[in-house]
Amino acid sequence: MIFRLGPPLLLAVLLFPILAGLTATVLPAFGYWPALGGTTFTLDPWRALLALPSLPRSIGVSVFVGFITTLVSLGAVMLLMAAFMGTRVFGLIRRLLSPLLSVPYVAVAFGLAFVIAPSGLIFRLLSAWAPGLERPLDLLIINDPFGLSLAGGLVLKEIPFLFLVALAALPEVDAVRAFGSARTLGYRRVAAFAKVVMPRLYPQLRLPVLAVLAYSLSVVDAALVLGPNTPPTLAVAVLRLAEDPDLELHFEASAAAILQLAVVLWAIGVWLVLERLADLIWGRWIVGGGRFFFEAAARVVAPLLAVAIAALVALALISLMVWSVAATWRFPAISPQAFTLDTWRHELSVAWPIILRTLLLGAAVAAFAVIITILCLENETRRGVPPASVFNVIYIPLLVPQIAFLAGAASLLIALDLDGNSFGIGLVHLVFVLPYVFMSLSAPWRAHDPRFRVTALLLGASPWRALWAVRLPMLTRAILIAGALGFAISVSQYLATLLVGAGRFETVTTESVSLAAGADRRVIGVFALLQAMLPFLGFAMALILPALLFRHRRGLRET
Amino acid sequence: MTATPTFPDLKPMPGLPMPGLPMSGLVLDGLTLSLAGRAILRLSLRVEPGEIVSVMGPSGSGKSSMLAAICGTLDPAFQMAGEIRLDGRRIDVEPPELRRTGILFQDDLLFPHLSVGGNLAFGLAATVRGRKARRSCVEEALSAADLEGFADRDPATLSGGQRARVSLLRVLLSHPRAVLLDEPFSKLDMALRSRFRAFVFHELRSRALPALLATHDHEDAKAAGGKVIELESPGAI
Repeated sequence: MIFRLGPPLLLAVLLFPILAGLTATVLPAFGYWPALGGTTFTLDPWRALLALPSLPRSIGVSVFVGFITTLVSLGAVMLLMAAFMGTRVFGLIRRLLSPLLSVPYVAVAFGLAFVIAPSGLIFRLLSAWAPGLERPLDLLIINDPFGLSLAGGLVLKEIPFLFLVALAALPEVDAVRAFGSARTLGYRRVAAFAKVVMPRLYPQLRLPVLAVLAYSLSVVDAALVLGPNTPPTLAVAVLRLAEDPDLELHFEASAAAILQLAVVLWAIGVWLVLERLADLIWGRWIVGGGRFFFEAAARVVAPLLAVAIAALVALALISLMVWSVAATWRFPAISPQAFTLDTWRHELSVAWPIILRTLLLGAAVAAFAVIITILCLENETRRGVPPASVFNVIYIPLLVPQIAFLAGAASLLIALDLDGNSFGIGLVHLVFVLPYVFMSLSAPWRAHDPRFRVTALLLGASPWRALWAVRLPMLTRAILIAGALGFAISVSQYLATLLVGAGRFETVTTESVSLAAGADRRVIGVFALLQAMLPFLGFAMALILPALLFRHRRGLRET
Repeated sequence: MTATPTFPDLKPMPGLPMPGLPMSGLVLDGLTLSLAGRAILRLSLRVEPGEIVSVMGPSGSGKSSMLAAICGTLDPAFQMAGEIRLDGRRIDVEPPELRRTGILFQDDLLFPHLSVGGNLAFGLAATVRGRKARRSCVEEALSAADLEGFADRDPATLSGGQRARVSLLRVLLSHPRAVLLDEPFSKLDMALRSRFRAFVFHELRSRALPALLATHDHEDAKAAGGKVIELESPGAI
């Protein structure tokens, strides 16, 4: 039975590249990599690495960005939920945040840079009132040494992610009723949320929160745009070593990649300890009887926060769009002096093969991920077993820092002469795409009324027919949305494409990031928008196609 | 809930066929369901063609599990022992799609992506060949149920009573040899309920189909007019 192949295939696709890649990172980290002349185990790479004077600062700024991003994102999501749960604003926030989830980090990072830079939109707006601002201030806002603007860019992306995960978990913890009954006992909004909803909601969020921590601690693409330069974050430092033409540095790069892994594992450990402590304090506080918890402050801060996020995102998008059609836009003018479509025309005429390649790769990877996911889920259905805990492996690619195994995976592919090959790139994309596709599709699949399948079988349909003639069409929308999410993830892959493609496989994302080093803002505008538009295209198709296919079927519309 | 489960231990009915003998109707021969080693249901029963046997009991008494065991969709957490025969053929070893036991649930479960006619054609046995023949079969069935011209309609635009009728038609068109009714009337309002019930029972009797009706409404059981089996234990479910 072909469906039995699903779970082993999922495990192989996820774990093999990670394990092989990690192995190929660990070995050279200890001096062993015969292809580069390393035939004995030695600690020399570590000595060289630890002798780098910038290393402590790199680690420090990475850890700082990781923790501050995670704390602020989690805090903001909890605040928004506490302040707006059960109100109309809540639905509005959800609708505003959902599309942001599909915008790649790099596009958000560029947009934010255009807004907050000394010559950015905010200072242009301010200059109308502040007469001294005829020239951009000499401020290091973007690429600041503490990684604050990097953390800001990450927070903008992690808030929608955590918010939507939390939203999905609310029914599972019966939050609305618990919240309501606490309020009838006299607890005000924030106190009620913090005392009865959060303690049960958080365990559902633990893995996503750890994924946010691991990701923001080791992110490369957004850090290249917004992160500090002297010294860079640890992950960027690893990449610079790995890309150095001096092959001797490859050993040191591998050691640095393992160090990155160790730092992430250490941070996860610290977070879990902090969780324990918070749990202890919380437990006492919950039964203390207090009915108030920063109620007035929350009432002021939460709407401001919501507006600030919306405004930042809107300004970021506007800046990208305006720059992409600006001919000249001198500081401190609020709008360009002249507009032109030349940038778009020129860039599209050059970049269309790159766009096409990005599209094809993303579509192929997403399709493959959807197929593996359906194999796994249908296997579950046919055997009538509850969700297997083995599927928790989908979180591993989200917790292991990408650079730790991608560096090794790249050198393995070079050794096999498979580097730059689109098949290899697709396989590595799949490692990151499959978890999201699985998460997205498994919920609606498992929630699908099993009696439809039973009905089909008892009408004489074979299990195959019950699958393709009943369940798949009924889940068309969910399948296409999972596919669009997978496509969006593939489009946004930077490090995987760069390292496994040996720098020769260009996508919209690798092109965008390469513009970070001081390219023309008009070109950046075009590429960042392209990068943001491709995922939108996927989601638009996922919404429009079923609406067209089933336009005469009202029963499928409200799912 | 009691700590010790008391399950209905019905004695085999007099006149039960000898094992292996070809017999018409639906036969449960020492059907035993257990969960984690504890028996929750033990039953021997024969349903004659055209007879509607009512299985009564509170929710959790195993009515639905019993129907699932008969049609082959029992949760693998349960263990099943005993034999199930339909028209003398042993079906408990067959996959669900070959058992020829139709089922009606509480909800009509019309496939929302297919038209009314598409739903019926999905059920219509493959032995009816050719587009035209299948189409006319479907239309005939619809007009016999006062649903003439409904073939191209979206099921979502039908009334509750119309949907219920379509879902019965779909089962009947698949030529089942027995029909299982899993509280199919419990979601309908009072007026509709008795009308639909009469419609279902009439169709089943006129086709001499053996039927098992799970219900907790005594009115249903009375209208069914067949044997009534009471399942008492909440069991281990």
